[in-house]
Amino acid sequence: MKALVWHGTTDIRCDSVPDPRIEHPRDAIIKVTSCAICGSDLHLYDHFMPGMKSGDIMGHETMGEVVDVGAESKGKLKVGDRVVIPFTIICGECDQCKRGNFSVCERTNRNGHIAAKAFGHTTAGLFGYTHLTGGYAGGQAEYLRVPFADATHIKVPDGIPDEKLLFLSDIFPTGWQAAVQCDIQPTDTVAIWGCGPVGQMAIRSAILLGAKQVIAIDRVPERLAMAEAGGAVTINFDEESVIERLNELTNGRGPEKCIDAVGMEAHATATIDSMYDRVKQATMMETDRPHVLREMAYVCRPAGTLSIPGVYGGLLDKIPFGAIMNKGLTIRTGQTHVNRWTDDLLRRIEDGQIDPSFVITHTVSLDEGPDMYKVFRDKQDGCIKVVIKP
Amino acid sequence: MRYETERTRRRGHADTATDTLARGLGLFSIALGIAEIAAPRALARALGMKGQEGLIAGYGVREIATGIGILASKDPTPWIWGRVAGDGLDLATLATALEGKNPKKGNVGIAMAAVAGVTALDVYCAQTLSRESPHPLPPMQDYSGRTGYPRGIEQSHGAARDFEVPPDFRTPEALRPYTQPEAPRHPQPSM
Ligand SMILES: NC(=O)c1ccc[n+]([C@@H]2O[C@H](COP(=O)([O-])OP(=O)(O)OC[C@H]3O[C@@H](n4cnc5c(N)ncnc54)[C@H](O)[C@@H]3O)[C@@H](O)[C@H]2O)c1
Ligand SMILES: [Zn+2]
Ligand SMILES: [Zn+2]
Repeated sequence: MKALVWHGTTDIRCDSVPDPRIEHPRDAIIKVTSCAICGSDLHLYDHFMPGMKSGDIMGHETMGEVVDVGAESKGKLKVGDRVVIPFTIICGECDQCKRGNFSVCERTNRNGHIAAKAFGHTTAGLFGYTHLTGGYAGGQAEYLRVPFADATHIKVPDGIPDEKLLFLSDIFPTGWQAAVQCDIQPTDTVAIWGCGPVGQMAIRSAILLGAKQVIAIDRVPERLAMAEAGGAVTINFDEESVIERLNELTNGRGPEKCIDAVGMEAHATATIDSMYDRVKQATMMETDRPHVLREMAYVCRPAGTLSIPGVYGGLLDKIPFGAIMNKGLTIRTGQTHVNRWTDDLLRRIEDGQIDPSFVITHTVSLDEGPDMYKVFRDKQDGCIKVVIKP
Repeated sequence: MRYETERTRRRGHADTATDTLARGLGLFSIALGIAEIAAPRALARALGMKGQEGLIAGYGVREIATGIGILASKDPTPWIWGRVAGDGLDLATLATALEGKNPKKGNVGIAMAAVAGVTALDVYCAQTLSRESPHPLPPMQDYSGRTGYPRGIEQSHGAARDFEVPPDFRTPEALRPYTQPEAPRHPQPSM
């Protein structure tokens, strides 16, 4: 089959690879009908995130049709079922899965011992996302092997196009969880850094959850325009002071809830701290660029919440923990517990409260995938979300 | 390079950081040019280049012209390359002041080091600009209609207030009053 394969920094190719087969009785194989490129994939493309090996298949936002089911998954899935595959692989039985903390499932990461070295404990296995999280083949391919398939799927009805359902795999529940983590009150201002796909979903989620005011921050004009369409007031961080504008828009109080939908590759207009990060990163003394975290901690209203769906990989420097501690801020973060939210979100899509397909700007074939990584990363051609049709 | 804004889009360049650097170099050119025209004698004295005041003032005119070119043109690339050439000329001229028994050799060395530093910036800026596509960027996509709310934002705003935030995601009860404006100013402890 054809698949998008990682070969090194900014080197992803469309290769021919062996078709996946059932390796374990809980597996299923799906024929991929749609998949997408995620901002998290860019951390691999740019090789900010360690733990990839040449030959790894990319992709963790996948949906399709079941074409083969292992013996132990037969009760839950059958050939022909239409499924969206969450990016977190879950066993459904461990202590964390039972609590709904699916992204820290204790069983599905077959390289759990490596993760435990890096993070102190294992986290869930992820599709197409480094050997730290199991080294499982991803879904930017014609077929995908789904381990623990009896638990790791979201059944979706026929009659709704792929485009409306695909993002249940990751970005919609991620934006949703980011907003839920804020425990939004009708009086809240929610400020969201980053208007990429995750930020866009967080904006819509905050509106659905009834925030008084949503403010979105980025510097790419098309993304800011899409944020505005979703009901956000926008700030272009290249042209305005983020802190000043946020204080203006909240009568000097600061936003009650702040969401970091940017993560470790944050950009900053020539501020001292951003140059400091560049130098530290170049000299390997720091792995991530926490500019957004610093801004959030500083501007957030005392007793407020910092919600962090943006991905970080390692060590961060110069975090104003004094501000966080003395202002009594709550921090909530994590990879998304996708299956915890998807029943509810599917209902909201069916109900017409939201249609997540608004974010798709490009639809391409697998062959065009490698080029689209660059277009997406460089935000060329108004690119916000790429869907691939294998 | 990585992104575009309204301003760079007009210029056909996608990278504001390099754009800003180019404008910085343009302003620097003008400032240096004014200094060279205003005080050629003081400069000549400091560098042990007496008799070359005319040349220095001439270089000042060149700097100002280049600076205006950078700031006023739609595409600063050729003008930045012009700065690189000018830097070469400056360095060559300064090198002549190192010959013979110039008592101000130390100052000349400092001046050459400074020019070399700016030259490095000029070359970096010129190369980065040259790598960019000379074609103007395509017009901006219009995403103003992409709301994501099939029934309109009024219908969707607050539509999920029926959602019950799970206990492990809730703001601690004790902190709630402080983040809500209509809460009592001094929350009473319940006793
Ligand atoms: N927690 C999860 O489970 C989960 C799931 C999916 C994605 N993510 C993460 O969410 C983040 C965003 O994903 P995406 O797909 O939207 O990526 P993206 O790269 O398309 O979007 C990031 C956006 O942030 C903007 N940005 C950069 N620096 C900024 C700054 N200083 N201030 C404000 N905005 C800034 C960029 O211009 C860009 O539009 C990534 O870190 C991704 O890995 C997390
Ligand atoms: Zn993702
Ligand atoms: Zn589990």
